[in-house]
Amino acid sequence: MAAKGWVEIDETLCKGCELCVVYCPVNVLALDTNRLTPHGYHPAMLAEEGCTGCNICAVVCPEAAITVYREVKVRARAATA
Amino acid sequence: MTVAAPTRPKANLKMVYQRPESLVDTPTHYCPGCTHGVAHRLVAEVLDEMGLREKTIGIAPVGCAVLAYDYFEFDGVEAAHGRAPAMATGIKRVLPDRIVFTYQGDGDLASIGMGEIIHAAARGERITVIFINNAIYGMTGGQMAPTTLPNQITTSSPGGRDVAVQGFPIRMAEILATLDGAAYVVRRSMHDPANIRKAKKAIRLAFEAQVRGLGFSLVELLSTCPTNWKMTPAEAMNWVRDNMVPAFPLGDYKVAPELQKLRV
Amino acid sequence: MTRELLKGNVAMAEAAIRAGLDAYFGYPITPQSELLEWMSKRMPEEGRTFLQAESEVAAINMVYGAACTGARVMTSTSGPGISLMAEGISYIAGTEVPAVIVDVMRGGPGLGNIAPSQGDYRQVIHGAGHGDFFPLVLAPASVQEAVDLISEAFDLAEKYRTIVFVVADGSIGQMMEPVSLPEPRPPRRERPDWAVGGAEGRPARRLTSLYLKPEVEEEVNLRLVQRWREMEANEIRYREYYLDDAEYVVLGFGTAGRVALSAVRAARARGIKVGLFRPVSLRPFPTRAIHDLAARSKAFLVVEMNGGQMLDDVQAAAQGQVPIRFYGRMGGMVPFPDEVLAEIEALVAEPPTPAEDPRARWLAHMVH
Repeated sequence: MAAKGWVEIDETLCKGCELCVVYCPVNVLALDTNRLTPHGYHPAMLAEEGCTGCNICAVVCPEAAITVYREVKVRARAATA
Repeated sequence: MTVAAPTRPKANLKMVYQRPESLVDTPTHYCPGCTHGVAHRLVAEVLDEMGLREKTIGIAPVGCAVLAYDYFEFDGVEAAHGRAPAMATGIKRVLPDRIVFTYQGDGDLASIGMGEIIHAAARGERITVIFINNAIYGMTGGQMAPTTLPNQITTSSPGGRDVAVQGFPIRMAEILATLDGAAYVVRRSMHDPANIRKAKKAIRLAFEAQVRGLGFSLVELLSTCPTNWKMTPAEAMNWVRDNMVPAFPLGDYKVAPELQKLRV
Repeated sequence: MTRELLKGNVAMAEAAIRAGLDAYFGYPITPQSELLEWMSKRMPEEGRTFLQAESEVAAINMVYGAACTGARVMTSTSGPGISLMAEGISYIAGTEVPAVIVDVMRGGPGLGNIAPSQGDYRQVIHGAGHGDFFPLVLAPASVQEAVDLISEAFDLAEKYRTIVFVVADGSIGQMMEPVSLPEPRPPRRERPDWAVGGAEGRPARRLTSLYLKPEVEEEVNLRLVQRWREMEANEIRYREYYLDDAEYVVLGFGTAGRVALSAVRAARARGIKVGLFRPVSLRPFPTRAIHDLAARSKAFLVVEMNGGQMLDDVQAAAQGQVPIRFYGRMGGMVPFPDEVLAEIEALVAEPPTPAEDPRARWLAHMVH
C-alpha cells in the first residue's frame, strides 16, 4: 500500500501555475477556484485523498511553496540506530 | 465537481521537503510557472546541502533575474548586461576561497556577454555559471534571443526567425566545452520533474567543480517563458521537450576526470 | 630620499602598488601599456591580483567586481578604453564603490594616434558614463606629481566612495624623470561594512545600482550630490606660480601647464607680469580661485592640448570679468614654450577685447 503523504502549500507564494497539479502522479492536487491568494491567484491545494508524499509537486514548484510530509511507519519494536 | 477536501493523516508525519534556507522568504516577481523559480530553488538547495551559503557571492544579470539577489540569503551584486563573468572574475580573483556564481539568461550570456563568457571559461575562472536558456528575451517583452529557434515567432521576428536574415541559434554548451579552462559544462532541462532532478545533480557537480578548484563550470538549463511564448506553464514545459531539446541536446559536454567518479 | 629615474607609466604602477593596491585589471593600449606590464610582473611578486582582461569592457567590470569586495583596485587605459569603460564606470559610481582609473591620453577622437593629448578632459570630468555622478579627477604635470596623486587616490576613492581618475597626457606616461617613491603600505586586511564577501555570521548584503522605485533612486542621486559637495569643499587642488603681482594669467593643466610655466618664466625675464594657474583637480574645478583671479587680471590665456575643453570651465568661472584667449595644440601635437611665449606677448601687445571669441585668433593662426 502506498505511503500516506501530505503537502502544505504556502499561499503567499503560490501563483496558481498548475505545474504541481499537472505533474502530480496521483492527481490529488487542484487549483481552488473558489478563493484568491493575497496576490490574486487561485492557490493549489490538496483536493483529494491519496497523496503519497512523493515530492514531485515540490520538485516542480517554481515558488518553493510546497512543504511535503510523509507518514512514518510505526514499527512493532523500537529500532536501534 | 466538488470533492471533500482530504484531511491531514493522523499518523506520524515526517517532513521530507521544505523550502531551502538560502531562499529569502518572499514572493518573487517571476511569472507564474516560470522555471527561473525552479532554477533559483535548485541553486539554493545545492548551496544549503553543501553548506556554502555563508561563503557565496551571487551575481545577478540584466534580464528577468535582475533582482535575483533579493531572493537569496547570501551576498549578491548586480552586473551590467553580459558582464557578470568579468565581475565574477574580479570577485573570485580577490576572494579565491569564496564561492562565486553568475546567473545569466540567453541575452545576457550569449548576446552582449558573449566575449565575457568565452574568456572566463578559457581562463578557467573557478566560478560557476547558471545559464538560463529560454530562447527569448523575457524582461524586455519577448524579442528574439541568440538561442531563438528557426521560425520561432518573437516580437522582433514577427514572421518567425528567418535564418537567411537573422542567422541560427547558438549552442553555448558545445562551444564552451571546447575551451581547456572549462571543467564542467553540461546542458540539462527543467521541463519535467525527472529532468529537474537531473538538473539539480548537475548544479551540484558544477559547484563541486568550483569547491575543488577544477576550473570553469556551467550548467545550461533549458527553461520556459510562458508569458512571451504565449502558453500556459504546462504547455511551455512541453514546448521545451518537443522543440528545444532537439535543438539543444541534453548531455555532458565537458566533465573533468575528478568529477566523473563523484556520486551526488 | 633616494630618487630613481622611472618612466611615468612604471612610476604610476609602482606608486599604486606601494599604496596597497590589491588588484589590477587592464588591457594593453598605447601609450600606457607599460603600466599593465609592470603590474603583470610586480603584482604576483607581491602576492596581489593581476589579470590582463580580454577587453577594456571586461577590465572595468572586473574592477567593479573587486571593488564590491572592498579591495583596492584600479585599471588604466587611454581615451578609446575610457569610452569602452563608460558603462562600467557608471555602474561603479551608481553602486557607490571606490575605484581608481588612470587615463593616459592620446590623439583622438576615434582611433586617433598614440601621441600625447588632453582630449579626454570633457569626457573624464563627467566620468564618461551616463547619469548623475561625480568623479574626482586629478591631473599631474610630472612623473613625481603622478606618483604623489596616485598615492592619495585610493584613500580619496574610499573616503568618498567614488571613482578617482588620474589623467595624464601620453608624454607623462612615457617620459622618464627622477622620482621619489613612497614607502610601501601593506594592503588592508579589513573590509568596509558595505562590502560583499560571504555573509558569514551576518545578514546578506546586496550591492547594486538598480533602484526601480524613482523615489529611492532620487535618494541615491541626492546622496551622490551631497557627497559631491563635500568633495568640492575639501578636494580642490591647484598650483600657482608668479601670481602675486601678475597682470596676465596663463591657465593650463598637465603638460600644457608645465610647458606654459617655461613660457611664463621666459616672459617674466622679459618684464611681463604674467603668472601661471595650474589646476591639479579638474573635478572639483577650482572655480572660486579662478573667479577671484579673473577679477584682478587684465587677460587670461588658456593653453591646452585639445580644442578648448578646460576653456569652457575657465570661462564659466571667470564670469566675463576678464577677456580670455585660447591657444591649443591638437591631434597629438605638444606645444613648445616658445609658442606659448609668443601667445603671452601677443596677449600684452594686442590685448583681447571683452567680446573677442577666445578661439578666433588661434584658429586664424592654425588654419591657413
